[in-house]
Amino acid sequence: MVKLSKEEILKLANLAQLKLTSDEVSEFSSELSLILDYVSHLDTIDVEGLLPTYQVTGLENVTREDIKIDYKVDKKQLMSNLPSSKDGQIQVKRMIG
Amino acid sequence: MKSWDNITKIAFSVNEGKSSAVDLVKESLKRINEASEYDAIISLTKDRALERAKMIDDGVLQGQNMGRLAGVPFIAKDNFLTFGGETTAASNILKGFNAPYQASAIEKLEAEGAIVVAKANLDAFAHGASTENSDFMITKNPHDKTRVPGGSSGGSAASVVLGLAPFSIGTDTGGSIRQPAAFSGCVGLKPTYGLVSRSGVVAMASSTDCIGPMTKTVGEASLILDIMSGRDPLDSTTIEKDTLGYIGADSDLKGKKIGLVKEYFDDSLSSEIKDSIDELIVKLKSAGAEIKDVSLPILPSALAVYYILCPAEVSSNLSRYDGQRFGYSYEGAKDLNESYAESRARGFGREAKRRIIIGTYVLSSGYYDAYYKKAQLVRTKIVNDFNDAFRSVDFLLGPVAPTQAFKIGEKSNDPLAMYLSDVLTVAPNLAGIPAITIPIDMKNNLPVAVQLMAAQKHDRSLLGAAKKIEELAL
Repeated sequence: MVKLSKEEILKLANLAQLKLTSDEVSEFSSELSLILDYVSHLDTIDVEGLLPTYQVTGLENVTREDIKIDYKVDKKQLMSNLPSSKDGQIQVKRMIG
Repeated sequence: MKSWDNITKIAFSVNEGKSSAVDLVKESLKRINEASEYDAIISLTKDRALERAKMIDDGVLQGQNMGRLAGVPFIAKDNFLTFGGETTAASNILKGFNAPYQASAIEKLEAEGAIVVAKANLDAFAHGASTENSDFMITKNPHDKTRVPGGSSGGSAASVVLGLAPFSIGTDTGGSIRQPAAFSGCVGLKPTYGLVSRSGVVAMASSTDCIGPMTKTVGEASLILDIMSGRDPLDSTTIEKDTLGYIGADSDLKGKKIGLVKEYFDDSLSSEIKDSIDELIVKLKSAGAEIKDVSLPILPSALAVYYILCPAEVSSNLSRYDGQRFGYSYEGAKDLNESYAESRARGFGREAKRRIIIGTYVLSSGYYDAYYKKAQLVRTKIVNDFNDAFRSVDFLLGPVAPTQAFKIGEKSNDPLAMYLSDVLTVAPNLAGIPAITIPIDMKNNLPVAVQLMAAQKHDRSLLGAAKKIEELAL
């Protein structure tokens, strides 16, 4: 059975930019091991000669005319959803520690 | 539970000037208010709805035809971007979000005169099968308040059954329209993948996300699909609609071959549901349908494929919620990395986090081939098995879920048990085929429904056959 240690959970959380509480780490460690155990029986299925399905209706390289489209999205409303802004720009916390 | 006239009749009456869109919207808002104990609704779009209703009434007065849905109120699952109020996907991280544009599906319905009156509850980000995972409230089953309405479109299903509006719309990534339709007792359609644009819908798993109607009757679902479907430049995965549209499809089952999916009738199926389906089969035979036993041996593996692919796509789609451009942002962070990690930690619920971690795991270097790629290969086997089956039958029939609606709290502490609720619905999503839930019976005062499936792009014939099943079940 695949077992996900608490250290592995913390590493994954870090990759996903997600802070977890210690309760969540121990819960996920046991729950995710169960879930991975459940999905592991796919190992036994023979897929020799098959190609993976990434697009189920068979579409490929859907393009559109290369022209400017006015999506009529209101800039003021877009800006109103910003948690923090300055001089009409997105403001974020400092990036260098 | 009050009912509404048939949608076409309502729109006709509005266009004739015999009923007013404003009155219809007020009636819907009144019913929503009276049914608040069911917690089906997150928010109202009242002011905009009344404005639009007045605009429609004015248009009728000026002699214009205001469309096939003139003045018809409807309820959208709260993962559709709409004007007139917040769009939250029932998640804390999107609380307070005002959509800068509307979903294409909403635009198409509005162009025919329909009016969004409210946003329905769901499992946050549509992650769940019971609507218990909403960050705000738990929707109750319209037939029994101690039971779940199903999920994730539980608020949309309950709304239709409670008669809060003549129809609602939902999303179905692994069963999220069909399973709540079965648990609550309405028609729920998941069309062929790509038939309805996903533009403006909060993304869950993009390779299986579908949008569809939830209605009292199959005929009304056909009308709503006819309006919402078709190519959309804003969603490159969309496909053309059927040249004949989706209304008035042939419902004669004489000579039609219906396959009973053997894998869907195993020991885990409740005897109530099995008995109801057995009764339906007798009626189908007398209507001239040929019933065949069909086996798709790969089906028991569909859920495992889904619970690799879905979290993988979820973890990717949820990466946009970073607390910087919209949604919840943690004030106390000292730098940008802490702002990301804390905003996401505080804004996401337990299930979203669980899926982000599983998804990150199956996509990470060293595990990608063993999980993600393997799942995509088995997905091909599922597609092939369905294709083979549809060479010998016109439709496949089975239950929607192994049981009727379960109790609130019964599965909420066991994620794997909750995932198993999707066991009979995920395969059509993985294969991109259309499937519809049709209520056929009541047992122990709870609805029983069947699921009918057809080959990709056979939505029209599926709706025809579904209409016949609806008639036969009456």
